[in-house]
Amino acid sequence: MSASIVYDYAIAIGGAAGQGIATPGNLLSRIFIRRGLHLNAYNAYQSIIRGGHIFLTLRARDGEVLSHGDKLDLLLCLNQDTMDRHLCHMGPGTHVIFNSDTIKPGEAGEGVNFCGLPIKELTNDNRNKLVQNTVAVGAIVRLLGLEFSVLQEQLEQQFQRKGQAVVDENLGVARAGFEFAGEHFPAASNAMPMGPKPLAVWTGNEALAMGGAAAGVKFYCAYPMSPSTGVLHWMAQNARELGIMVRQVEDEIAAANMAIGAAAVGCRAMTATSGGGFALMTEAIGMAGMMELPVVFINVQRAGPSTGVPTKTEQGDLWQALGASQGDFQRFIVAPTDALDAFKTLPELFNLADRYQCPGILLSDLLISEGTFSADPGEIDLQPEIDRGKLITEDKEGLEALDSAYLRYQVTDDGISPRALPGTKGFQHVLSTDEHDEDGVLISDEYTNPHKRRRMVEKRSRKFDNLESEISAPSLEGAADAQVTLIGFGSTRMVIKEAIEQLAEHGVTANQLAIKWIVPFHGEVVSEIMGKANKTIIVENNHSGQFFRYLRGETGVSADASIRKYDGEPFMPHHIVDGVRELLAGDAKLYVPDQEIMV
Amino acid sequence: MSTTEGTQLKAKDFKGKVNPDWCPGCGDFGVLASMQKACAELGLQPHQILTVSGIGCSSNFPGFFNSYGMHTLHGRSLAVASGAQLANHELTVIATGGDGDGYGIGGNHLTHIARRNVNLTYVVMNNQIYGLTTGQISPTSRPGMKTKSTPFGSVETPINPITSAIMAGATFVARGFSADGKQVTDLIKQAIQHRGFALIDVFSPCVTFNKDNGYDFFKPRVKKLEDEGHDASDWKNACEKAMEWGDSIYTGIFLQREAPTLGDCEPVLDAGGPLSQRSISVSKEESQRIIERMM
Repeated sequence: MSASIVYDYAIAIGGAAGQGIATPGNLLSRIFIRRGLHLNAYNAYQSIIRGGHIFLTLRARDGEVLSHGDKLDLLLCLNQDTMDRHLCHMGPGTHVIFNSDTIKPGEAGEGVNFCGLPIKELTNDNRNKLVQNTVAVGAIVRLLGLEFSVLQEQLEQQFQRKGQAVVDENLGVARAGFEFAGEHFPAASNAMPMGPKPLAVWTGNEALAMGGAAAGVKFYCAYPMSPSTGVLHWMAQNARELGIMVRQVEDEIAAANMAIGAAAVGCRAMTATSGGGFALMTEAIGMAGMMELPVVFINVQRAGPSTGVPTKTEQGDLWQALGASQGDFQRFIVAPTDALDAFKTLPELFNLADRYQCPGILLSDLLISEGTFSADPGEIDLQPEIDRGKLITEDKEGLEALDSAYLRYQVTDDGISPRALPGTKGFQHVLSTDEHDEDGVLISDEYTNPHKRRRMVEKRSRKFDNLESEISAPSLEGAADAQVTLIGFGSTRMVIKEAIEQLAEHGVTANQLAIKWIVPFHGEVVSEIMGKANKTIIVENNHSGQFFRYLRGETGVSADASIRKYDGEPFMPHHIVDGVRELLAGDAKLYVPDQEIMV
Repeated sequence: MSTTEGTQLKAKDFKGKVNPDWCPGCGDFGVLASMQKACAELGLQPHQILTVSGIGCSSNFPGFFNSYGMHTLHGRSLAVASGAQLANHELTVIATGGDGDGYGIGGNHLTHIARRNVNLTYVVMNNQIYGLTTGQISPTSRPGMKTKSTPFGSVETPINPITSAIMAGATFVARGFSADGKQVTDLIKQAIQHRGFALIDVFSPCVTFNKDNGYDFFKPRVKKLEDEGHDASDWKNACEKAMEWGDSIYTGIFLQREAPTLGDCEPVLDAGGPLSQRSISVSKEESQRIIERMM
């Protein structure tokens, strides 16, 4: 743990779907960010509306929170199942809160504070099953050493739409929990500090949607698919205010093709899905490549293959993104490392897609997209620089309707041809998914011409010559001469960073090479860094080492070892720490951590 | 429909950059000629039109027609066209293609674009065969039809595009016969002028691969609905007429009704012109509001 961090507290809430875990989760999240504490929340859940086991971990820190962490300080059990599953993870000084009318405490380790709440008694036999949640939040707020007014403010905000009676009822039972805890349970030993200023809160999907809005997306269409649906929800909620056409359509094939239609006439267009929907979109992605149209496709990865595990995370679609659609064509592929990075990446990706007239693929995953994070409001810039590239939007006057002077796919030195938008007088042309000549005339049928085909393939590919200069090169974070260099892409950056802090406590020096841009890729830079490293270990959330193989292909360098996790749950810092220590100590090439928390 | 501007153009002004590569005698020539004539007679300008096709013989249409065009994936013309229409509702959007493209691989989109009443015109050149792949059954092939993929005769029931579109909620459903250029021209004009989704299914014989449903099959059978005093506001009556497939096969407008288009129902389009032409920057006030809600 960094020296500057004095507060690091994790609360877990477990129960079945339908037991109302979201409300206490939101209340506590808001309390943390209002106090200026940083937040990282991860919700483990299943594809079920009622039942199953949901386990929400909220971690608050008075500095950057890099992951949902390794330890739990407080466990709120909304059912017996949660007690039975997770009591074993609670250590000395922790609190376990539960409804003592219905839940039996299990056998705990030394020093665990059982905090049974007699809910019936505290609520005058209130029959509302969700009432236990509010009583518990009252108790938690007391254990955290906060004033009741902190919770009161949040409860009033949360329930004001339902009327004063509901607010009063919740305030009453919350206060009962608050007071009962004060009288019966020891408070948490670590007092909650105040941060320098209140923070904002968002999910990764909200960050993606807002990034699209900031980039100027005017057309968003999608088919609901976990864990990407949050993007659609934010877009739909804000569509009218921001003047964005948002459509839920019949399938992902339609979503991709509609977005292409909107992009063809000049809108910035975006769609988001998960791996299965992305598979349906792939033919259209190739069309955007052939037509040379800028469209952004987001794939929020989940555990596959096929329908896979819909509510679990994975980094298993790297090769799908690289190989999306038949044939050779130019595409950007980027894997942001966290929610704020995802937000900032979209305007950049749109600018590149517009300037190079080709599709952009953004790889997120469930961990980023469905995670809830604090954010510094000062970092959220909704007015980024916009560059639409070579666009023709002015009518050409005095020309005949059929104008042969304009060539949509003109062969140019940089491969980029000025793009006239439909509706602009004098520039009529056909955007074609078949191979075509400079004028957009098909050469696929009777006009096939190998020389023309070669010229067009080379023209399009020239757009990506020396493209690395458009993006910043990845660099080492941490000491250059570290014992081990950890390499990952996308969402693993944060948890690796925390693991490196922990490794230092074990006397192991480690640094990180976090890769964000997959295409374009700074192959030479990465290969040089890998060549100089003492030992390279790749950390990735899939079984076959998709990123390991991609790096080897692009650099010719094989990493020394890998840490891979493919059970659906994200890495916790200690998984990486244990892996690094074991791999440093022996000759093994692979470490697969065991997921201890059963969710 | 777009506003008229500039000089009145003639059908030949809508001739594309290359000549059609269809087989001599193909029904699609007639549809192309009718489209060019219809657009000229409506006073449209080529840059105001976007033609969008899928894949198949008839889907090469945009290349033979002077307008902005998109030659898209097999079956996806309606999805692309509806995205384009919503993004720039001042364009006259015309989707073209064949029966395999529109009723087979793209059938799902037809249902949904029809029920959404997207303001565009869809002309299907229906030849009841897959031509570009050298002769296999299509979703509209008659039962018993022998093709390379059904050497012992098709055992499948063909789709009825007219009743399907009506059931899906289309607000303009018509049928033409490419040999009757005057009627097809007239149907296209009415379809473009219609506010909402308009389907025109045009019998467009394939003289190379479909020996069963050529000009000789249709000529004695086609009868005009208007000659029968058909009431196009009655969907039950329209379906009844559309189900007839014997000595009488009807052409003309089966159904036309008024209903709000998808664009009409979308407040985002109420003011400010086409989405594609608007400023894309988020204003300072909007930006502040969004961030405040996150606090």
